[in-house]
Amino acid sequence: MSLLSLRQMKTDIGQYSVLHDVTFDVPEGGVFVLLGRNGAGKTTTLRSIMGLWQPSPGSVLFRGEDITALHTAQIARKGIAYVPENMGIFGTLTVDENLVLATANGRFDPARLKRIHALFPALEKFRDKQAWSLSGGQKQMLSVARAIIEPRDLILIDEPTKGLAPSIVAAMGEAFREISADTTILLVEQNYNFARSLGRDMAVIDDGRVAHTGSMESFAADKALQDRLLSLSV
Amino acid sequence: MRRLTTTLETTLGRFGGVNLLPVAVALVAFVLIGAPSSWLTLTVAGLAMGMMLFLMASGLSLVFGLMDVLNFGHSAFVSFGAFVSATVLAGMGAWLTADSWVLNSLALAASYLAAICFGLVAGWFFETVIIKPVYRDHLRQILITIGAMIVAEQAILAFWGGTPFSVARPHFLEGSWIIGDVSIEIYRAFAFTLGAAVFVMLFFVLNRTRIGLLIRAGVEDREMVEALGFRVDRLFIGVFMLGSALAALGGAMWAGYETLITPHMGAELMIVVFIVVIIGGLGSIEGTLLGAIMVGLMSNYIGFLAPKLALASNMILMVAILLWRPNGLRPAVK
Repeated sequence: MSLLSLRQMKTDIGQYSVLHDVTFDVPEGGVFVLLGRNGAGKTTTLRSIMGLWQPSPGSVLFRGEDITALHTAQIARKGIAYVPENMGIFGTLTVDENLVLATANGRFDPARLKRIHALFPALEKFRDKQAWSLSGGQKQMLSVARAIIEPRDLILIDEPTKGLAPSIVAAMGEAFREISADTTILLVEQNYNFARSLGRDMAVIDDGRVAHTGSMESFAADKALQDRLLSLSV
Repeated sequence: MRRLTTTLETTLGRFGGVNLLPVAVALVAFVLIGAPSSWLTLTVAGLAMGMMLFLMASGLSLVFGLMDVLNFGHSAFVSFGAFVSATVLAGMGAWLTADSWVLNSLALAASYLAAICFGLVAGWFFETVIIKPVYRDHLRQILITIGAMIVAEQAILAFWGGTPFSVARPHFLEGSWIIGDVSIEIYRAFAFTLGAAVFVMLFFVLNRTRIGLLIRAGVEDREMVEALGFRVDRLFIGVFMLGSALAALGGAMWAGYETLITPHMGAELMIVVFIVVIIGGLGSIEGTLLGAIMVGLMSNYIGFLAPKLALASNMILMVAILLWRPNGLRPAVK
């Protein structure tokens, strides 16, 4: 059984139909990459999974359970974390306050905190600093750290490398590789090389529809398909 | 202009930032007023007024910041708080005038408790019935909350009548302390102390508890708090009830300050309360306190120095601060 299944999901925002019959499965384990051009509907797909926009009709199944009509908070409590494109950092809260807010009972699990500090040392150094004062890369680290401060089954990550320096992107890639060892990641990414280096399975969304699904390996080998779906020359 | 504001920011930052603005205002007033006794009397009056405005405005600021709700009906809680409290005080006349500060205090506590309880229940009702259907629709929020304010005013008129309602003060809060040339009204000192205690309590809840952390985070990014697994809509009800209760307590204290109240008192105060929230910065308790103290001090100083400008003083203050800091003195979101 797939960890997450989207079935004929249609999402309207105001008077615009953004997603049409989106259907794909995310298997458990590793990194599943969702690719597509700007405005194709990738972010809308993640937000619809999280219940931030309500798909209708269509359904979202998580471990076989229909979570389509659940409130965002209930979806999160099922074990799905969300790292939005804008990072969703609470700027006036300190780094530690941002993290403790994402814990289930308001207390850190020392082992998980240690793991986070090992993955992102800057978060240990600046733990009492207000988050607005962090650099863009540090904010992205905090956003990802918040998603793994508790055990999760699935993390939805929206364009984590946008606007980051190459060295930070490389560090983020390493972190995702380690996190994906025990947690499934659904990654929306524009940086094709970054996505290719991490992804095992993938889907491409084009104009609100799923245009392709398969393994990242076979997609990476098919240049004509890449050019057609992403207009890339890599 | 830009250079002037940058210089002002740098100089203020060096001496403690915008928190010291009331001190600067008080120092300038000290020079202009000349007589230390008058200055001290006006300063205590300004601080007391500021604390009462803080109570009325803090809930509105949180509701504005967290829920993005423009509640013009907030004044109804102020008015009802004043009338409920005054009615309880009137019913406990014997305890109020007794020569025992214990009985006096019990009567006062009962009247404030009644106002707070009324604020909590009315806040729950108001949020559930009136606000919930118009979330994320500012135009409808304005229309329906103004409508609710009118209905509330008429309800007060129907229940308590149109003639001004006299509010009894507890015996131990009557009179003034005379220290040299300085006269400090006891009720004002009491209002300042109670307001300060409520601020400390609110500050503690917002900065040292998990629920406070959630409120502060919710003010910044509601969606993200929900994505972390929390029901912000339930938090909204709690914050709305708290804000309404604080407004009712502020109204109750204002009633004791004015000693004569009318059904329109809430609506009349509302303009000043909105100015406080705008000056302070949305969603910030510290900002609201700062804004309230600035408004309280400026009203008293200008009322003394240039009585003809007194009515316009709050507007002038708001325009000056917004030109300098368009998001207010201490907005919750950076």
